Order: sequence, then structure tokens, then C-alpha cells
Amino acid sequence: MDTQYETVIGLEVHVQLRTHSKMFCSCGADYQLMPPNTRVCPVCLALPGTLPVVNSRAVEDAIKIGLALNCKVAETTKFDRKNYAYPDLMKGYQISQYDVPICYDGYMDLPGDPSSRIGIERVHMEEDVARLIHIPGQDGEAGHTLMDVNRAGVPLMEVVSRPDLRTTDQVEAYISNLQMIIRYIDVGTANMEEGSFRCDANVSIRPAGSTKLGAKVEIKNMNRIRAVTRALEYEIARQTEDVKAGNRVVQETRGWDDEVGVTVSQRSKEDAHDYRYFPEPDLPPLRIGASLVDHIRSELPELPALRKDRFQQSWGLPEYDAALLTSSRTTADYFEQVVRSVGAMAKGEMSAFAKETANWLNGEMARHMNNDGTTNVFDTRIRPENLAVLVGRFGRRELNNAGAKQVFGEMYRSGADADDVIEQQGLQQVSDTSELDPVADEVIQANPSAVRDYLGGKKTAVRFLVGQVMKATRALEAEPLMKELFEYRFTEGNGLAGHSFGNLFIAAMSGVTGNFEQAVSESSRVLKVTGRIVPSTLWTFG
Amino acid sequence: MGSSTENSAFFPTRNPWDTGRVPGGSSGGSAAAVSAGAAPFALGTDTGGSIRQPASFCGVTGLKPTYGRVSRYGLVAYASSLDQVGPIARDAADCALILQSIAGHDSRDATSLPDAVPDYSAALTGDISGLRLGVPSEYFAEGMDAGVRAAVTAAIDQLAALGAEIREVSLPTTQYALACYYIIAPSECSANLARYDGVKYGYSHQGDGDMWEAMERTRQHGFGPEVKRRIMLGAFALSSGYYDAYYHKAQQVRTLIRQDFAHVFEEVDALAAPVSPVVAFPIGERTDDPVRMYLVDVYTLPVNMAGLPAMSVPCGFSNGLPVGLQLIGPHLSEDRLLNIAHTYQQATEWHRERPGI
Repeated sequence: MDTQYETVIGLEVHVQLRTHSKMFCSCGADYQLMPPNTRVCPVCLALPGTLPVVNSRAVEDAIKIGLALNCKVAETTKFDRKNYAYPDLMKGYQISQYDVPICYDGYMDLPGDPSSRIGIERVHMEEDVARLIHIPGQDGEAGHTLMDVNRAGVPLMEVVSRPDLRTTDQVEAYISNLQMIIRYIDVGTANMEEGSFRCDANVSIRPAGSTKLGAKVEIKNMNRIRAVTRALEYEIARQTEDVKAGNRVVQETRGWDDEVGVTVSQRSKEDAHDYRYFPEPDLPPLRIGASLVDHIRSELPELPALRKDRFQQSWGLPEYDAALLTSSRTTADYFEQVVRSVGAMAKGEMSAFAKETANWLNGEMARHMNNDGTTNVFDTRIRPENLAVLVGRFGRRELNNAGAKQVFGEMYRSGADADDVIEQQGLQQVSDTSELDPVADEVIQANPSAVRDYLGGKKTAVRFLVGQVMKATRALEAEPLMKELFEYRFTEGNGLAGHSFGNLFIAAMSGVTGNFEQAVSESSRVLKVTGRIVPSTLWTFG
Repeated sequence: MGSSTENSAFFPTRNPWDTGRVPGGSSGGSAAAVSAGAAPFALGTDTGGSIRQPASFCGVTGLKPTYGRVSRYGLVAYASSLDQVGPIARDAADCALILQSIAGHDSRDATSLPDAVPDYSAALTGDISGLRLGVPSEYFAEGMDAGVRAAVTAAIDQLAALGAEIREVSLPTTQYALACYYIIAPSECSANLARYDGVKYGYSHQGDGDMWEAMERTRQHGFGPEVKRRIMLGAFALSSGYYDAYYHKAQQVRTLIRQDFAHVFEEVDALAAPVSPVVAFPIGERTDDPVRMYLVDVYTLPVNMAGLPAMSVPCGFSNGLPVGLQLIGPHLSEDRLLNIAHTYQQATEWHRERPGI
């Protein structure tokens, strides 16, 4: 970025609420998957003689958003008519809020950068418009446009930031943090691709160090976060070039063309809409009582930033893990249930357990949920207490990695208890060597060429052998022990080749147990041989 | 819209008392139908006088309820903060019956009042002794038709004879009501009529050109001249740079008008005044001069500004044409007004007169 000029960015975000009903009528607001024009009524169709009625839940959601963004809540607020003509605007005006927004004067601290406090100018309520679907003409015929009114009247909350953003990184952080907050307080899905979260940006530049605002350009039609950053980068470069060439930036609205990668002028100041705002006469002003605000505030969940900090402190989680866990409120809730379901543990143990739980949630759980499109971990078949069992067993190395994943997969699919699955599938890790060695020997017998390779210096051959043992015992993870055992056998190495298996075994066992005498007694035990073992004799397996 | 029902989409309605004259407006059709005996009663809508004035011109009884008393859901909106539906009938007793049916809270109208609906018929006691009746001096200004003045004055005397105590009162903001109305109503109207673009329903003018041209043609042919006049007035009054000077200022004046009435109703229980300074005028007489047309409503407009209930009660004739007495009350005093009218109608015969038609 140019150091001569400073960028000033403000964002206007429209957040669609996931209320039961539309903003001003009782039609269902769940328009996404409905057949066209089935979520309509005389009011949202703007038939003659119809009148709006306020959706009180939407008002509460607006207050929720304002409080989550540290805003003040107006004691009295009102609606206004925003007048302009367009086919998707059924009444010929949109009921919105002009000069007395329901929430105002808030802020958001950007995560990871506490010194970046972005001012929130206002949060206000309005209604969405119908959807226009343009069908291009074929064979030179003119195209036509279809209108689906399902979306008209769905509640929209507009969140307007102060022009405090300075970099596209900040913009990205602001957007994803705002999305996370919206989902956390459960008022909307905040999904850009679905259209439930829409961004417009206002961007201007000024000489570095100046405090005066330059002419601002409004950018619209950015449909993904990536588009926002690309559009802003383009626009900043365009404005900088313009100014350096001695021109003045024209205050206007520009549309982002994602395909070509440029912003295109849409409206100049002369053509700007005069919305002729006036107070909505069909809706009396709303008086918002302090007790309602207090009630909503008390029901707000712990917000992501605070929760992440707490996870790091209370559970000793690394920041990355904590951030990932707390990015979804339900996952964070689930995590807490898992760690709270185990009994008292020493702090170090708890920390390890918490980290392991985080791994499973951020890893396997996320992967499975992604595959089948589940968004709420509580909707999966694995109960928190159940996951706790699996995490415990895995942490104590009673299962190996692959085994645990297999158990997890079965639990996810069927909801069965961890212990049941482990038992059914015989995935109990065999951690002591007694059951392993006969198998190990069988494998060695069966794979002479791999053994030769290993002895010949190809160390990686041991993996193959280990894998064969694992397959044979269906013990999916004792790898460290097995590997240790085998390596010890052969690495003692050059000069041991040709020695009987038993000697090699004893030699290895000596290395593993630390002394020869113990090696002999352990070997006896392990191989279930009843008589005395004499190192130099041939072995037979009993 | 308008004060003469000459702006109808169909054709002008004629006054049954003299078919060369207007029945008043804008609910002139309703008033004429009742007057001519074509219907026992009718509904009208009163935004600036549109029930009372035609009732007065046609010699029938009309009532505009308190704003919010009757639901506006289902009423094609003109000026949202002023519109009210009300009955037009042969007498106050009939009006009471009709009001009983249509009054009450409607959850589909956010401006609908939650107050309980009294028994209007039971309120018709026929006794107004001790009633404090105010006569606002501003409503008896110069330029009033002499016959109208005489009939209204006689009616007030009659009410005194029936037991009312007459007091002179003053409503200084009366002179501002006309200007105030003709900013607020057209402003709201300009937005309320924006939906009639031929895209979704209703009249749609087909032809060549793009979508915008089609919309323009629809509105050009679909709206009459008076409606267009008001839409333009309203859009102008709301436009950037003018909002403060016009719409905002008009709303502030409106508050003063309300306060004026509230103040007066501390001293009196109701007001008596003319409905209009004139009687029914010839068809076509005022169509070339919109302001002259607007002036017939000077006494009815302030009532809508304040959201008050009011009635028009036949009280005599001037040159063979009906004259209406206007009764105005505080908010939700329909029962009181109906009783005053009913009592008057027990002692007089004006409401029984029928046109020769």
C-alpha cells in the first residue's frame, strides 16, 4: 500500500434475521428454499388497503445485535419511509429507519488487534425487497425478468461502521467477526453466499496524517469476503492513481465486477436518489423500556472474544485452538460440556484432556459435520459425555490414532457408546507385549524379504512389518511400542544377524527393559514358557 | 379525491337536491346515494372533510370517528395519518348503529386504538342539558354564505333551547389548517400511491418502450388530474432541501392545532360550527381553480389535523340547498356527539327532508 496516502473505509452490512415471521406481516421468513411466491400475503405484496405491523421479535433481535456491538439502545425509536421506484420494492417505498435508529454509538474491537476499535455508527431495522431473476433472451429475443416476492419483507438489520477501518486485513477481520457475533447470538446465519449477510463499502483516501475525509466512493455488489478485499484493493489503487494524476476522486456509487476485476461507475451525485424520507405514519413510535433491554442483555451469551480468552486461561488451550473452538457458539458450548463431564483431574492432566478434546472437535468432528452438512454439533449423534470417554481412552493410549478415528466414525454414525464400539470392533489397543510377540514372530516368519531389507539397511522396511503386525492383531495403535520392539531387534545390528530369534529377542528385550536379568524374566512371562530359559538354546513356542 | 366528486374515475356525481350541482366530496357518491334514497346508509372516508362536507351538501347525517377508532385495514390509503372511515345515514341513530359495527381495535392496523367501544345507541338519551357547547369565532369568518350563517346560527340557538350552555371560544390556529393539510396529505399520498405502477396489479398501460416508460404511461393514464396534482405537491414537499421548510414545519403546526383544540376542550364539551362556508356549488364552477376548491374545506380540515371526531347534521337550507351543522368533540367522544345530534333531530325536521328526485 502506498504510504503517501491513507485509506479510510467504512462498511455497511445488511444482516438478514432468522425470525419466524417477516418484519411487517406474519408470513414465514424462511424464504430460502420455498417455491416462488408462496411466502406472500396481501401485506408484503403491497395490495391496496394493506398496513404493516411490527414484528416484536425482530425488534428484540435488533437490540441484541446492538448490545453485542456495545451500542446504546434508543428509548424511543421510529420507522421512516424511504421512497424510490423499482419493481422489487413492492410498496414503492421501503420501511426503514432514518434519523432515530434503534441502536447507535457502539464499537467492535478487532480480534487479535486490541488497539483497533472500530466504531459502530448505528444498527437499524428495515425490510428486504423481492428477488428479481433475469432471464436473458435467446436468439436475439429480448430477455425478461421474473419476480419472487418471498423475500420481500424479511427483516434486515443494517449495521453501519464509522470510517475507522484502514486496511483490507482489518476489513476482513471486521466482517468475519461480525458474522461470528451474529451467529453467536443466534439472530441469523450471516452467510454471504446465501445472501443473509451483505456488504457495501465506502472508501476514500487522503494524504497520510490528514484528518479530513476525502471524497468517498460507495462500492456495491461484493458477494464474498474475497470479493470485498479484491474490490477494495482495486478501488484504493484506482483512487490513488487518480489523485496522483492530479484529478479529484468523484463521489459516486460503483459496482464491483467480479469477473473482470474492476469497479464500474453506477450513479453520479446528480443521479443520486432523493429518498424523501418521512416518518412512517402507519407505525406509531416504539418505546423501548429499560427492563426489556436489561432482560435481553442478561440473556446474551458470552461473546466470542471473551470466551476465547477464557478458554485459553481456564483450560490452558493454545490461542489457535481456542479461537477455532469459540468461532462457533454451539461447538464451544459442547466443548465445555465434554470437559466438565469428566471428574476432577490434576491441572496438567486437565489441560491435556482439554487440548485433546479440542483436537477432536476441531478435527474429526468438524470433518464429519462438514461432510454431511451438519452445522450444530449438538445435532450430531455423539453426546458430550460419550466423546469424553473416547478422548479419555485415546489420551491414555488405549487406542491408537487410526483406531480412535474408526471408533469416532462409528459413534458419529450410530450414536453408540465409545466403550461399546471399542469392544465390538476389538479395537482395544494391546499395550503389553505378551499378546504382540507371537504375532510379531509370525509376521517376521511370513515376510522374509522385508526382514532382509531391514537388515540390509532399509530402515523403512520396519514400517511395513509393523503394519503387518498391526493388521494381524487388529490392534490399531501400539505403534510406538511395536516399532520400538522391532527396531530393537534388528538395530543391535550388524553382528546380530544370523543370531537366533530368541537371542535377538532377548537382546532387544534387554534394551527395552534396561537389564539382562529382567529381560529374561520378562521374556518368560511374555512368551508363556514354563521352564527355565537358557539363552543359548533354541526356542520353541509353547 | 377532492371536494366535489368531479374527479371520479367514472363520471361526476350529481347532487339529488339539484342535479346541476356537486354533491360535495370526496365521498359524494355515498352522500348522494343516501340522500336520494338509493341506499339506507353508506360508508365514506374522511381525510379532510370528505364525509362531513358531502353530508352537508346533500342534507344527510355523517360522522367522522376519532382517528384510530375504525380500522384502516382494507381502506385504500390516501393520507395515512388522517384517513378515517365513517357512516353516512339519514340520522344520528342510524349512524350510531353503523359505527357500533365498524368501530374497534384491529390487530392488522397498528394505528388502531385499543380502547373499548361503548354502546353508542344506549348513549342516545335525548338529553343535553348542561352541555357546554363552544362556538369558535374563527369558524364564522367573513365570506361565509349568508344562508349558511343563518342556518347554523339558528341550529346553535336550538341547541341552547334544548339545554346546552353556549360559550364563545377561539381557535387561533384555524387559519393554518388548510396549508398544513395541503402539505401533509399530499406528502403521505405521494408515497401511498407509489405502488400503483401497473407491475403487480391493477391498471397497466401496455405499449412500446421499456419498463420505466410503461410505468410512466400507466400512471399518466391511470391517475386523474387532481390526484396527480397532489402526488406532485407531496413529492415536492418531501424533497431534499424542502422537507424542513414544508413537511416538517407542517407537522409542527399540526401539533399546535391539536393543542389548540385540547385547550378549548378543557372549557367546553363540544363545538358547534358550520361544515362549509358554502352550499353545493354548480358542477364545473371550481374545477379550474384548485385553491378555490380547497377553500370549501377550511372548517373541516382542522378536525382531521387533530384526529378528533366530528359530525355533519342537516340544519336548514340556503337557497334551497342543504346546510350542515358541524359538531366537534374531544378524542373518543362519538357517543356524546351522536347524542347531541340525536337530541337536535328529535326537536327538528331538517334531517327528514327529501329531495324531489
